[in-house]
Amino acid sequence: MTNQVVLDPTSEKKLVSRELLARPATISGQTIGLLDISKARGDMFLNQLESRLTTAGAKVLRFRKPTFTKPAPVDLRHEIATKCTLVIEALAD
Amino acid sequence: MTASQNPLRDGWTLIVKRECATCVMVVPVIARLARELPSLTVYTQDDLTFPEGVASVNDLDLAASWHADIDTVPTLIFRENGVETMRTAGWQRNEWRKITGIKDLGAELPEFRPGCGSMSVDPDIIDKLRVRYGGEILHARRIDIAAAEDEVEALFARGFTDGLPVVPPTPERVMRMLSGTSRAPQDVVAIAPPDLVELTVEKIAINAVMAGCLPEYLPWVIAAIEAVCTDEFNMHGVLATTMPVGPVIVCNGPGTRSIGMNSGVNVLGQGNRANLTIGRAVQLTIRNVGGGRPGEIDRAAHGNPGKLSFCFAEDELGSPFTSLAVSRGFDASQNTVTVFAGEGPRCVVDQLAREPQQLAQSLASCLRTVHHPKLPFAFDAMLILGPEHARVFAQTQWSRERVLQEVNDRLQLPGAEIMRGAGGMAEGVQEAFKDATLPKFRPDGLLLVHAGGNAGLFSAIVGGWANGTLGSDPVTKLVSA
Repeated sequence: MTNQVVLDPTSEKKLVSRELLARPATISGQTIGLLDISKARGDMFLNQLESRLTTAGAKVLRFRKPTFTKPAPVDLRHEIATKCTLVIEALAD
Repeated sequence: MTASQNPLRDGWTLIVKRECATCVMVVPVIARLARELPSLTVYTQDDLTFPEGVASVNDLDLAASWHADIDTVPTLIFRENGVETMRTAGWQRNEWRKITGIKDLGAELPEFRPGCGSMSVDPDIIDKLRVRYGGEILHARRIDIAAAEDEVEALFARGFTDGLPVVPPTPERVMRMLSGTSRAPQDVVAIAPPDLVELTVEKIAINAVMAGCLPEYLPWVIAAIEAVCTDEFNMHGVLATTMPVGPVIVCNGPGTRSIGMNSGVNVLGQGNRANLTIGRAVQLTIRNVGGGRPGEIDRAAHGNPGKLSFCFAEDELGSPFTSLAVSRGFDASQNTVTVFAGEGPRCVVDQLAREPQQLAQSLASCLRTVHHPKLPFAFDAMLILGPEHARVFAQTQWSRERVLQEVNDRLQLPGAEIMRGAGGMAEGVQEAFKDATLPKFRPDGLLLVHAGGNAGLFSAIVGGWANGTLGSDPVTKLVSA
C-alpha cells in the first residue's frame, strides 16, 4: 500500500484573531458605542442601555448598520474603533 | 503544453509504438526515412527495439508525446527554427510525401491507413501524465493520508465534508477536473464569504471533485459561485441567517442538455449526477474555502435538505413560456445559472382546475402562505410550474407575464386582514397599514420556472428570504467554458 495524497480544499488561511482589551474598572468616563444592527426593536433595547450607561457617567454614541444581513461596512467599524473605548452590539431574534 | 517544454528538435520527428498495426505497416518507410533524412528523430512509446533497424529515442515515460501533444501514432512532424510547420497523423501517403519531400515514398503501401491512439492519451494513464508533466500548476497544500488510513474517513475527520462522504481530491482527479475549464487554476473567481478569502479555480475544482462532479460541470459550478458571491445575492447573509434558506440554482440553456441535467421527472429529487453535484460543489466550496460551516457562521434554526444541494435545469423544450433566463435579459442560446436564496420546495395540488383563472387562484392561495399568510412584501418566492399545470395556461395562450400578473393580482392583501392580531394571530403588519392594500410579493419578487414530470397536476413553491438590498436579490450569470 502506498500513501495517498489529497489536495487541501480549504483556504489554507489562518484567520487573524485579535485579543480583547482588558475590561475597564469602571464605565464612568468611557465613550461607549451602541451599534444598532437594524433588526426590529433593537433600538428599544439600546435606548434602555443608553439611559443606564449615561446615568453611570459614560458618554454614549449611537451607530447603525444599513442591514442586519450584511457585515458592518468597514468605514463604520473604523469610525467606532476610533471614537469609542467600548462597543455594545444589539442582537435580535 | 508550453513551447519551452517541447523536446522536439528542428527537422523531422516521428512518434510510434509497436502495438499499433499502422506503425508496424510503415516500418519499411521509416527505414528509408532514417537513411535519407539525417535529422529524423524517431520516438518509440512502448518498445525500444521498435522500429527494427532504426535507432529510436526512448519515450517510455511519454514525456515527448505529452509535451508535443500527440494523440495518434504514427505522427510525423516537421519543425523549422523552433516552430512546428507540418504535422500528419496516421499513414497518409500524400501528406508523408509532402512533409518529407520524397516523391515516391511508400509506393508499395495503401494510400491511407488510420493510426492508433497515442499512449499519452490512454484514459488509464492520462491522469497520471497530467500530474507528472503539468502538476506544477497546482498550488494547494498536499495532505498525506497514511496507507493504513481509510481515505474517506480521513476526509470526514479533517472536517472537509458536508456530512456525506466525498470523493478524495487527489492531484490526478483535480487535474482532470481542471480540464473542464479554459480558466487558469490560479484565476480568482470571487471573494468567498464569510472569511472573505480569494477563491481560485483550483480550489473550486478540488471541491468539485469532492462533490462528485464531472469536468464538464465545472463551468456551471464556477458560474454559480460567481453568482452567490455577489453583494446582490449576499451569500454571507444567506449563511448567517437563522432562516432555512440556501442557494437554489436554476440552470438554463442548451448546455443543460449537453451535460445531462434533469428538468423532468423528479426534477428536484435524487438521481441525477449533474443536478446534485453542481449544487453540492457550490456548498462545499463555501464551506471549505469561505469557512461557512453550520453552527459557526451558519446559524439556521432548522436549515433544509436543499442546503446539501439544490440545483436543477428548467424544462425549456417542453415549456409554453419564455425561460427564466430570457425573462432576466439573456438569450435562449446562452448557458446561464440563476441563484435564488430559497428554502425547501413544497407541493401545490390542484387536479381539478381546467380554466386558467381557477389555477391562478389556487396558486395564489398557496403562495400567500409563504413564511406566513400575514407577511407581505418582505419575501420573494419561486413558482416551479409542472408541465400539466403549465398546459392549463398554455391552452388559453397565457404568457409568462400574464401568469405572473394574474397570480399577483390575486395576492393584494387587505391591511385589516394581515395586521397584528387579526385572525387571532399576533404576527402581521403594523396597525398603521390597516386601511392599505399590500402586495404579497414586490414587483419581480415572484420567479416562474417550468420544470417537472409530465404526469401530475402539481407545481412547487420555494419560499425566499429577506429580499432586495436588505437581504438578497436573485442573480443570473453566464456560464463560460
